[in-house]
Amino acid sequence: MKIELQVNGEEHELELPPMVRLLDVLRGKLGLTGTKEGCGEGECGSCVVLLDGEPVNACLVAIGQCDGRAVLTVEGLGSSAELSSLQSCLAEHGGAQCGACTPGILLVAEALLRRERAPSDEQIRQAISGNLCRCTGYERIVRSVQEAAKLRSDDSAGEGAAQ
Amino acid sequence: MSDRERPAEQSALHHVGVSVTRVDGAAKVSGSARYLDDIPAMPGELFGTTVRSQVARGRIRSVHFDSAFDWSDVTRVTAADVPENFVQLIVDDQPVLAAKHINHRYEPIVLLACADRAKLQRARDAVRIDVDELAPIFDVADALEVKECIWGEDNVQSRFLISKGLADTEDSQAGIAQALSNSEVVVSGSYSTHHQEQLYIEPHGMLAWWDDAGVHAIGSLQCPHYVHKAFKRTFGLPGEQIHISPSVTGGGFGGKEDYPSVIGLHAALLAQKSGQPVRLLYDRREDIEATTKRHPSRCDITTGCDRDGTMRALEMRVVFDAGAYVTLTPVVLSRGILHAGGAYRWQDARIEGLSVATNTPPNGAFRGFGAPQTIWAIERHLDRVARELGMDPGLLKRHNLLVEGDSTCTGQQLRGSVGGHACVEQVFAASDYLSRRQAGPTRQDRKVRGVGCSLFMHGAGFTGSGERMLKGKAAVDLLAGGRLRVRSGSTDLGQGAATVFAQIAADAAGVPIDAVEIATPTTTQVPDSGPTAASRTTMVVGSIVERAAKEVGRRVAEMRRPGERFEDAGDRLLSQHEQVSALFQYELPSWVQWDEERYKGDAYPVYGWMCDVAEVEVDLDTFEVQVLRFWQAADVGKAINPVQCKGQLEGGSLQAIGWALCEELLHDEGRVVNPTMSNYIIPTALDAPRFETILVECPYEHGPGGGAKGIGELPMDGPAAAVAAAVEHATGIVVDSLPLTPERLMAMAEAGSQEGAS
Repeated sequence: MKIELQVNGEEHELELPPMVRLLDVLRGKLGLTGTKEGCGEGECGSCVVLLDGEPVNACLVAIGQCDGRAVLTVEGLGSSAELSSLQSCLAEHGGAQCGACTPGILLVAEALLRRERAPSDEQIRQAISGNLCRCTGYERIVRSVQEAAKLRSDDSAGEGAAQ
Repeated sequence: MSDRERPAEQSALHHVGVSVTRVDGAAKVSGSARYLDDIPAMPGELFGTTVRSQVARGRIRSVHFDSAFDWSDVTRVTAADVPENFVQLIVDDQPVLAAKHINHRYEPIVLLACADRAKLQRARDAVRIDVDELAPIFDVADALEVKECIWGEDNVQSRFLISKGLADTEDSQAGIAQALSNSEVVVSGSYSTHHQEQLYIEPHGMLAWWDDAGVHAIGSLQCPHYVHKAFKRTFGLPGEQIHISPSVTGGGFGGKEDYPSVIGLHAALLAQKSGQPVRLLYDRREDIEATTKRHPSRCDITTGCDRDGTMRALEMRVVFDAGAYVTLTPVVLSRGILHAGGAYRWQDARIEGLSVATNTPPNGAFRGFGAPQTIWAIERHLDRVARELGMDPGLLKRHNLLVEGDSTCTGQQLRGSVGGHACVEQVFAASDYLSRRQAGPTRQDRKVRGVGCSLFMHGAGFTGSGERMLKGKAAVDLLAGGRLRVRSGSTDLGQGAATVFAQIAADAAGVPIDAVEIATPTTTQVPDSGPTAASRTTMVVGSIVERAAKEVGRRVAEMRRPGERFEDAGDRLLSQHEQVSALFQYELPSWVQWDEERYKGDAYPVYGWMCDVAEVEVDLDTFEVQVLRFWQAADVGKAINPVQCKGQLEGGSLQAIGWALCEELLHDEGRVVNPTMSNYIIPTALDAPRFETILVECPYEHGPGGGAKGIGELPMDGPAAAVAAAVEHATGIVVDSLPLTPERLMAMAEAGSQEGAS
C-alpha cells in the first residue's frame, strides 16, 4: 500500500503492507528511535506520538490508517542542541530519570499544553495517566509540565514544533 | 547541553547540594539516548530467541529439531554447546541452559538465532522437548516439609541467626523464651508478602559479538562486572578479552543486577556458534515470566514489652521463597534479617532467617533487597502492639526509636548520622499526624479517610566487611583542556549516578561541571567499582571518585603558576607525563568490625532514616484504596542533588505503594498468570499520591560531598506499612498480608475482622 505520511514536518512516500505498526515504521524505516516500545499492547504509553495532533499509542496504530496524516515524534519537539521549553523543563526539574517513558510523556504533555495554557495538577495527571513511569512517582513530571506551562505563557509566541 | 544557557549556579565552581540538570537529560528528552533496541543493526546481525520448558519440574529425555524444517540459516544452541554450564554468582546451581533437570516453568533449554524474525518464530515451533515430569513444589510449607526434595537435602538454601542479650547463648530459643516470659505484655503475629515485578519500562536485552579482541556484549544492565565474571567462568576466557558495556539503561531496580548474566551468556553463545552478532530482546511477557522477582515472605513475630510501650524482647522467624535457584537469595535474606528489628531498640532478640526452594523462577534483587519484607512485618507488628496497649502506633514507634549510642540487634553501637527523630518530628508536623489520628477517621458518604505512619532505617553499602572484600575502585583522568574523565564500573540506570559523580568530581577538583565527563563503564576500560546496587553508588563509589578527583586537582594545582588557568596548568602537566590519572580503592572506616560467623557487630557503616505518613481514602462499597497524600522525611546525610534525591525517594515510595495496593504477580502451577502490563498493574499518575518530601541532612563523616549516605533503597521499605496503618485507621480492617486489594479488604470486612470503628 502506498502511504503519504508527514513526520515531524517532513513528507514521506512509503510502500508498505497496511497492517505494519506505525511504531515499527518510525523506529525502523525512518530511524526515529526516540519513540520507545515498552509493552506492545497499548498499556505503557512509551510509544505515544501525536497523529494529527492527537496522542496515539504507535504500537496500536496500523500504517494503513496514517495515509495523508501528520505524525509528531519526540525528535520533532527539539534536538538535544535545541530543546523545546517543555523538554528542558523535564530535564531540569526531575521529570526524567531512566528516560524510557519520557518521549511518550513529552508528547502527551505537548498535546495538553496546546489545549490548556495553564493546566491544573489534576489535568496533567489525567493527561499522562496512560503513560507508565516506574522511576519518578510522577510528582516531578507534573511539576515539570507546570513549569513548562509557565514558560510558555511568559513567551506568548509559543515554542516547540507546531503542527 | 553546553550550547544551552544554564542557570547561574551551574557555572559557579560549586555543584554539590545544587540541583544541576542531569548530565544525560538532553539526550533523554530529545530521544537521542540510545537504549539497546535503538542501536543500529551490526553487519550480519541475527536475532535470537529462547526456547523454554513447558513444565515446572522434570527430566529432559531428548530435544528434537523437526527434520522437515529448513535449519540451514538458523543457529541452534543447547546445553552441549556451553563450555562451563553455570551462571556464576554465589552457588553453582543454575545452568546457563538446562541439560537434564528442569526446575521451573521458564527454564531455558534451547537458543535459536536467525536473520529473519518471522522464520525464527517458526523455528521455535519446530523444536520439541520431551520431558519426564516430576512432582513440583510451589508452596513454601510443602518445601519445608520436604514433600519432594528439589534442592539440596531439605530444600533449605540458606539459614541465618541473629541473637542478642538473653538469646545470645547456646540455646537461643530458651534464652528468648526467658526474655519473653519476663515481659509485661507479650504479643504475637504473622505477616506475609508476595512476589513483585520490578517492571522497569525498558525490558531486558543484550547484543553480543566475537572478534579478535575477544567477546563483546552490550545491553540493559546494572553491573557490567557481574556479567564479566559470568563470561569468564562460562567461556574460560582471560578477563581482558571480555568487553561488557551497558547501553543507556531504562531502569533496573535490582532486576538488572544479576539477570543480565543469563541473557548476555545466551546472546554470546549464539554469537559464538553463528560467528555473527546476535541481539536478544525480551518482550514484556517473556521479561515478566522469566526474570527475577521480589521474594515472597512470611514473618512470625512474638515481642515482649512494658505496659508503657517500651519494647524489650523480639523473637522473629523469617522465611523467604527463593524460587528454583540460589542466585542472590542468601544476601537478600541476610539484609532482610539485618533489618528485621526495624528502627527500634531491643534488649533481647532472636531473629532466624531461612530461604527455601520452590519450582518457580528464581527470585532475586529488587530495591530494598529483603528489607521491605521484614520492615513490613515489624511495622505491622508494632501497630498490633499499639492496639493491644491502646497507644497510638506513631507514638509507640517514636518511643522505641534508636538514637545515637543505642545498639542494634547485631550489637552495633550507632555512632552518628542517626536522624530518625528529626524525620519523625518533621513528618508529624507537616502532616499533622497526631491530631489527625486523635480526631479519628473522617467520613463523607461512602468514603472514609485515615492516616498511618511508618518509621524505618536502611543500611547503606555492602553488609559487614563486604566492602573490604569487594575492594571497589574508581579512577579520574586528566584530559586536554582541563577536562576530567571519571572512570567507574557504576552505571546510570536513571537514578542519576552520572550527574552525582560529575558534581562530586567537579567540586573535588575545582572545575566546572561541564569539564567532567563520565566514561561508559566498559569492563576493559574502567576499574571494578563493585555492583550498582545496595545503596552504595553515591556513598561508596562517590567517595572514591571524590578522592581521585581531589588528587588530580591537587596535582594540577601544584603545577599552576600564579594567574594561570586550570586548563593551561593541566595541559603542561599532561605534556610532562604520558598519563595523569588517580585510581583509588575504597577503604571502609577502620572502626567497622563485623563477625560474619556470629552475625555480630557493625552490619553497615551508616543508615538512612525515614518516616512516612500516608493519608488514604477507602471506598466502603468497592474497597478501593486511594492514597491521597504522602508525607516523607528522609535523613540522607547530604543531598548531592536535591531534585534527584527527592525523585529517588518519591519513585521508591510509589513503587512500594504499588506493592501494597495493586501489584500482585500470580502463579498457577508454576505458570505466571498475569505476565503483561494489562494485568500486572502498577500505579499511574492518577493512582499516585501528592508527595511532600522533606530532606533531613545529618552528615555521615565518611560520605562524599560533605556527608552523603546511600538512599536508593530506603524509600521502598516503609510505605506499605504506612498505607496499611492508614487503611486500618480509616476502616478498622487489619491487614497483615500484602497486597491490600479491594477483594482482600472486602473479604476481611465481610468476615467481620473489623476491630475498630468504621
